[in-house]
Amino acid sequence: MIRIEPREAPSRRLTVGIPIASAMLALLLAAIPLSWAGANIGEAYQEMAKGIFGSVFAFTEMLTRATPLIFTGLAATLAFRAKLWNIGAEGQLYLGAMAAVAVGTGWITGPPLLLIPMILIAGAMAGALGMAGPAYLKTRFGADEVVTTLLLNFIILIFIQMMLEGPLKDPMGMGWPQSSPVVDNAILPQILPRMRLHYGLVIALTAAVIAHIMLSKSVWGLKLRAVGENAAAALHAGIGVKRTLMSAALISGALAGLAGVSEVAGLRGYLTTDLSPGYGYTGIVVAMLAGLSPLGVVLAALFIASVFVGADTMSRAMGVSSYLADLVVSMALICVLIGGFIARFTIKITPANKKVSTTDTGAA
Amino acid sequence: MINDTVLSLNKLSKRFGTVVANESVTIDLKRGEILSLLGENGAGKTTLMNMLFGHYMPDSGSIQVADAEGNLAPLSLGHPQAALNAGIGMVHQHFTLAENLSAIDNILLGSENLFAWRRSMDTARDKVKDIMQRTGLNAPLDTIVGKLSVGERQRVEILKALYRDARILVLDEPTAVLTPQEADTLFANIDVMAKDGLSVIFISHKLREVLAFSHRIAVLRHGKKVGEIATKDADEKIISRLMVGADTPTSPRETLSVGAPVLELIDLSVTGISARSSLEQINLTVYASEIVGLAGISGNGQSTLAQVISGLTSPTSGRLEIDNQPVQKYTPASLLKAGVGRIPEDRHHDGIIGAMSVAENLAIESLDSSDIQKNGFLRHQKLKLNAQHLSQKYDIRGPGIEAETRLLSGGNIQKLILARVFEASPRLILANQPTRGLDVGAASEVGKRLLQARQRGAAVLLISEDLDELLALADRIIIMHNGELHVAPGRDRAQIGLIMAGEVS
Repeated sequence: MIRIEPREAPSRRLTVGIPIASAMLALLLAAIPLSWAGANIGEAYQEMAKGIFGSVFAFTEMLTRATPLIFTGLAATLAFRAKLWNIGAEGQLYLGAMAAVAVGTGWITGPPLLLIPMILIAGAMAGALGMAGPAYLKTRFGADEVVTTLLLNFIILIFIQMMLEGPLKDPMGMGWPQSSPVVDNAILPQILPRMRLHYGLVIALTAAVIAHIMLSKSVWGLKLRAVGENAAAALHAGIGVKRTLMSAALISGALAGLAGVSEVAGLRGYLTTDLSPGYGYTGIVVAMLAGLSPLGVVLAALFIASVFVGADTMSRAMGVSSYLADLVVSMALICVLIGGFIARFTIKITPANKKVSTTDTGAA
Repeated sequence: MINDTVLSLNKLSKRFGTVVANESVTIDLKRGEILSLLGENGAGKTTLMNMLFGHYMPDSGSIQVADAEGNLAPLSLGHPQAALNAGIGMVHQHFTLAENLSAIDNILLGSENLFAWRRSMDTARDKVKDIMQRTGLNAPLDTIVGKLSVGERQRVEILKALYRDARILVLDEPTAVLTPQEADTLFANIDVMAKDGLSVIFISHKLREVLAFSHRIAVLRHGKKVGEIATKDADEKIISRLMVGADTPTSPRETLSVGAPVLELIDLSVTGISARSSLEQINLTVYASEIVGLAGISGNGQSTLAQVISGLTSPTSGRLEIDNQPVQKYTPASLLKAGVGRIPEDRHHDGIIGAMSVAENLAIESLDSSDIQKNGFLRHQKLKLNAQHLSQKYDIRGPGIEAETRLLSGGNIQKLILARVFEASPRLILANQPTRGLDVGAASEVGKRLLQARQRGAAVLLISEDLDELLALADRIIIMHNGELHVAPGRDRAQIGLIMAGEVS
């Protein structure tokens, strides 16, 4: 007979080990669809590794891909820690990108030291603004932020389309719905010559460290965690619950907005409506894989970016579909969720028909 | 063969990680016997009953239950359904009734065949009526449970167990929510049922009840059975010594002359969503150096009053003054600042953040203080020292100050809240059911601290359903019924009970 009983407290080893084990397990499980696709499994994994670590270029491509995921993962993490379910990072990312091109395409001129901070601030503010509405509706009327933020994504995307066909349209763009290019002085510089990797990564890493410090060391972070873990007790203890939620919402939106700035000003150079292949949504997966820890977000973003970049290379070399990447990421998430369940419980197996003798076969 | 024993718990042990919840507990229950199970919080009473009822799987040991013929047979462990089939009924402290269903539907819930074409209501009703007649447990069967009084709900719970032909009934702190009169009725009913052959395990903290009405008393301490005594041979001293391992200290009480008014409620009204959460023109003054006891059955407006004083609800009209200063803004922060310390009614829900550390929970009401933070950042070292100091001073025991607070036992969580409240030296202390669910040791600690605060010159408003506690601690007793206050005519239990029930006003 198998029984599942709650564990007193999951050990630190488990909380760190489970996401890593889940990620590895998900990678291994990818062998099943690979063999279905008729590919040589060993070779496929080799190609995948080559796509990530095979060259400096491959590695920087992976880091480039991880950059927006760190931002959106942080956005989800900070909001989720307050039990504020911001599903709207995708929309906030586009708002941030739009603000960056609005400010950074010639309207203002100046040295990079002025322009880059300006587009970063503009993008963060635009992202925060995108989250302000849902947060207000939640704290004032109790409107479910899952619904409002999710639906806003579509509204924002259509709004961006309208802007790209209208005021933000590049007059030199030969009719394509795209914005004017970001001026040179507002472009985030490349870290290595001839590589696409840009300083957006440095900003993302800095943001992760700041988020970690704020969450664990600041009074604001303590309030945020208190509100997320038990809003009733936080309220009773005199913490301004609504104010804390609002601040978490704005910062979450700002981080998502920065993802948009980083993509536009670091990578693309102009705004189109296919700027993000769902980074906002993937950020949620990143945050969950990271166990809602800001430093974990960095690792999780690197993992997911590796899977995507590696799967791309593999699909080109082996002729299998690159959708395999989505499969691995989804399986990793499922493994982490199951792993989180196992961490909270122990599974006890008692042989049937015997009086009592228990064997602890929990994951510990 | 008729065996007198109906239930035999044989050397049951249960560990949770490193914590021993029960160690080799052996208890027998006889037919028609009322056995009281006593013990401090965390002594293992609930774990033991959860194993009996199949919620937990014992690590070792066995349970035997008599079948309808009286033959003892081993109970399949870990299956609530097996326990139900064996005739074990349990009435939990927190009722498990569906409030939107009628009493009769609740009684039948779970014992009906899901796939039957039609419900045989008449037979069921006859059976319930028969049980009601035999036992004297009366409840309006067709009323929605949400509209029943607490006492009636409890009777529905017991009827539900009896309807399933329970021969063994476990009652977990059944009188916690009842008026003295209701409790007496319950005891009379149980007595009748026991004479009829029902065996009862009765979990309680109230020594007076246990002595008045059970046949035998078993005492648990630290997961072990430390004593078993026939009630006729026991007195309060003997039992409490068994429970806590020493005589319970009765707090010394000095006569103090009261000081200036600290809390004043002036024509305070709250229009709540229901009559139960409304207050009608409350006027009450609590002076420095006195403890005012607020008696009443739960759901008569005490919670609303506590919410107003905590800053969670704003009054519809009237006002609240602390030290002659009218409260302008009803928020927890502003009342905290005005000098109100609050011990919340539901300590798990409102008092602590279970997933955060003991140290953080100790500091959470004083986050603005420079002892806790500097420029918006936590002073971890101070936080730790503060927590170590308070853990020692208030004897907060658990896995440590960095551990999650939810791992603490109920008594230790309450000590944490006491430490937080009393260290802020509040002018007024609102203690809402501060000893509910606590063992004798922890409860006497709460009493001692409240008396210390009174000594220091604080005003204390003590809301409790335990009349014994109020009589022991309060200088004055006020009774709340239906959102109105009544001054207790004296310290006579019966008279207070009648006002609590709304019979006299």
